[in-house]
Amino acid sequence: MSDRIDNPWGERTPFAADSDWPNRADQHVEREPERWVQSACVLCSNGCALDIGVADGRIVGVRGQEADPVNHGRLGPKGLYGWQANNSADRLTRPLVRRNGALEETDWDTAMAAVVERARSVLDDTGPGAVGFYTTGQLFIEDYYTLAVLARGGIGTNHVDGNTRLCTATAGQSLKETFGCDGQPGTFADIDHCDTLFHVGINIAETQTVTWSRMLDRLHGPDRPRLVVIDPRPTQAAREADVHLAIRNGTNVAVLNALIRELVENGWIEQQWVDAHTVGFEGLVKTVQPYTPEHAGEICGVDPSRIRAAAEVLGSAERLLSFVLQGVYQSNQATAAACQVNNINLLRGMIGRPGCGILQMNGQPTAQNTRETGCNGDFPGFRNWQNEQHVQELARLWNVDPLQIPHYGPPTHAMQIFRYAEQGSISFLWIIGTNPAVSLPELDRIRSILAQDRLFVVVSDAFLTETGELADVVLPTALWGEKTGTFTNADRTVHLSEQAVEPPGEARSDREIFLDFADRLGLEDKDGQPLLKWRTPEEVFNAWRECSRGRPCDYSQISYDALRGGSGIQWGGERLYTEGEFPTDPAYCEDFGHELTTGVTFSEVEFKALNVAGRAILKPAPYIPSPEEPGDDYPLRLNTGRTVYHFHTRTKTGRAPQLQGAAPDVWVELAQADAERLGISDGDVVRVESPRGRVEGPARVTGMREGVVFIPFHYGYWDRDGRNGHDRAANELTITLWDPASKQPIYKTAAVRVERA
Amino acid sequence: MKLGPALKRLHESELDLAGDFRKIGERHAADHDVYHQSRTFSMQCERHAELLGPIADRYGSSVSEDDAPGLWDSVMEAVRRRSSAGLGRRPVSGVVLLRDLRELYLAAHETLIAWVIVRQGAMAVRDKELLELAKELQPETDLQMKWALTHIKVSSPQVLAS
Repeated sequence: MSDRIDNPWGERTPFAADSDWPNRADQHVEREPERWVQSACVLCSNGCALDIGVADGRIVGVRGQEADPVNHGRLGPKGLYGWQANNSADRLTRPLVRRNGALEETDWDTAMAAVVERARSVLDDTGPGAVGFYTTGQLFIEDYYTLAVLARGGIGTNHVDGNTRLCTATAGQSLKETFGCDGQPGTFADIDHCDTLFHVGINIAETQTVTWSRMLDRLHGPDRPRLVVIDPRPTQAAREADVHLAIRNGTNVAVLNALIRELVENGWIEQQWVDAHTVGFEGLVKTVQPYTPEHAGEICGVDPSRIRAAAEVLGSAERLLSFVLQGVYQSNQATAAACQVNNINLLRGMIGRPGCGILQMNGQPTAQNTRETGCNGDFPGFRNWQNEQHVQELARLWNVDPLQIPHYGPPTHAMQIFRYAEQGSISFLWIIGTNPAVSLPELDRIRSILAQDRLFVVVSDAFLTETGELADVVLPTALWGEKTGTFTNADRTVHLSEQAVEPPGEARSDREIFLDFADRLGLEDKDGQPLLKWRTPEEVFNAWRECSRGRPCDYSQISYDALRGGSGIQWGGERLYTEGEFPTDPAYCEDFGHELTTGVTFSEVEFKALNVAGRAILKPAPYIPSPEEPGDDYPLRLNTGRTVYHFHTRTKTGRAPQLQGAAPDVWVELAQADAERLGISDGDVVRVESPRGRVEGPARVTGMREGVVFIPFHYGYWDRDGRNGHDRAANELTITLWDPASKQPIYKTAAVRVERA
Repeated sequence: MKLGPALKRLHESELDLAGDFRKIGERHAADHDVYHQSRTFSMQCERHAELLGPIADRYGSSVSEDDAPGLWDSVMEAVRRRSSAGLGRRPVSGVVLLRDLRELYLAAHETLIAWVIVRQGAMAVRDKELLELAKELQPETDLQMKWALTHIKVSSPQVLAS
């Protein structure tokens, strides 16, 4: 096996359309394991199946599972090396509580008593609206579902969201807007069948390396699919593309509207299919009318002839497969843009067939489950908060009064939870497995919210993060490999991950922590029995299977036994919507939808008036410039994102020597022309400033489009080696602003200036 | 012919609503979604007024020129934004927001009614230009009103029970 730091995608195994992707066995062990334990990777949303190698009670390596449909044996650099974080010497092994201003070690009884005492007093003094939970995209179904029932059915708060709001909320929202319900239409296996790949705002070579390997193997195979890439940066995929549209970040809707207009003008529409399976065609055509290639070219800063060329590729595709990620989800007009990609596939009638599909990708490994179980500002089982029947189903499952479950409005999104904490109306905030002090926008504001005396902050994590440093109580948690559970990747593949080793010290799984909290708080159902009636991971999973039964994400036929020893299983089958029927029935759908430019929530009556009856909804949107466009003081556009070697805020990958060695510190990527104008050479230390903060780092001058500055968002302050000052995290610069429909923060459109430091 | 005065009334209503959105948005700069969307709506209302001007002239009810924000407005804007930072940290900010959203909803509703009246009049006098304009702009006013209602629904439980 070649070095995956030098070549993250490994050796090519080219293959032709409609043939099997060849296997390739990837493995990295530090010594020979005594035994292998079934699992899957939790370092991106690809969810590659792997086995964990164990010796002397420690994890000593991993190997990819060749039988699995997701990865056929392959692993990316994060998967191969990231497990070493589990063995890191600075794992949290005992609970911490704040005494006289400092965090001190204590025992579980003392720590949990402090948490329960404060929760009880906040509930008694104010009520459930003063309690918030901010979770993650990295736990297991068993952890999430326990939290969802505890918070929504037990405590009765509406304030439960995850950091998945930052990574995957728009994926879910755009699917709800177009198809009436969340659920990934396509499957990774569509790559084997497609003749055209369409990438919109997805740097897949760095974010989902193994799926990029699959594409590369087609692109370098005998009948190469064509590739259209929309991205401001010269990514790996852009270099392989037939047409690359390097648009100004924040202008996705303009370019997509122009592509739709070209499809209509040239008659590249499957009109019969569109008439039979969608509503809204006329409105869409009217909305895109002004977006000629010239007009969109002006807005986006690209040559109109390239827009025409891209449209021709999409228009002549016979099997079109589209991929979307953060370049859309974290950008201006996130949901509106993601919906236009759905629209393109629908207009071409290319969904639900081999090679024809949409993958609204996820960021984090288990983000799909946050959405499904009701921890991402959704109701469990893709239920609709506006549907009284759905609320009653949950009440029956949990044996609570329907009014106990808040459904007076949409579940509160993360940015609003932090706003309530800022305002003082939330006074108890439990942060689970995530690091908002580095990952949320405008960090100066976030730090000042978390540091308030009147806010009681509980943090559950495996390491003492920048967020943990601001907590009142820190609870040490078990990581992947140290607990059993299930999770689902971005193409709906469910994997079982067995416990391979014991957690270090006194660390516990999140599921156990929530169960303990519910017991101590005395949460009961309406008959006075304990609310949470299950204990083991399998018992929780079976409760979740019941909760999901009959809903689009139906797990009722997926058991631990079925998952054990085999490979992953996709809920809903290989592809959704194979018959061109969509879950838009008002009694069944997850959401009645939104007006995309303002976020106005539609009611049941308004939704019924669309008369969708199982058809998909072509939702249009005009282009609206970002509220913070570049100007005289801040003339450049900030773009933030990832490197292939790190995940999130590097809590794990920063503790894997190969990964940390490959990308040890922050950098600032500049376009050639901007660098020349500013007198900056490659390697010069530069200062980037926005109205909210500054970042310093060495410049990398690249082939990026002019006017754009890129900074990776992984770097915080825990490994700063004594240097002070908040000038390393990209989110010092970002703006507090979110998409009106998906409520996903906008990380990729802020105005900045750059100078030599 | 009373369409002239009705147009003048609508024009005034749009300008008032633009001012309400601007002032209330600035007062709630700590509620970032309210702040940014209110600014967008404020500009949308100003555009409506601008487009109505020539038609009102045509009906002999000339409307005063839209004043650009003067020095006093800029000073007040800065004051409102600065004080919103202090207000935003206090629980009472939720109560103030709810009150202001209610005001915006009612103001937008008033503008919407003014549109309905003008549109009916345009039908009666068969003014195609005005009808086209109403068809384009009235739904935007309708959305402004529904936006306020969406936020009222989300805000009230937290304000009233926390």
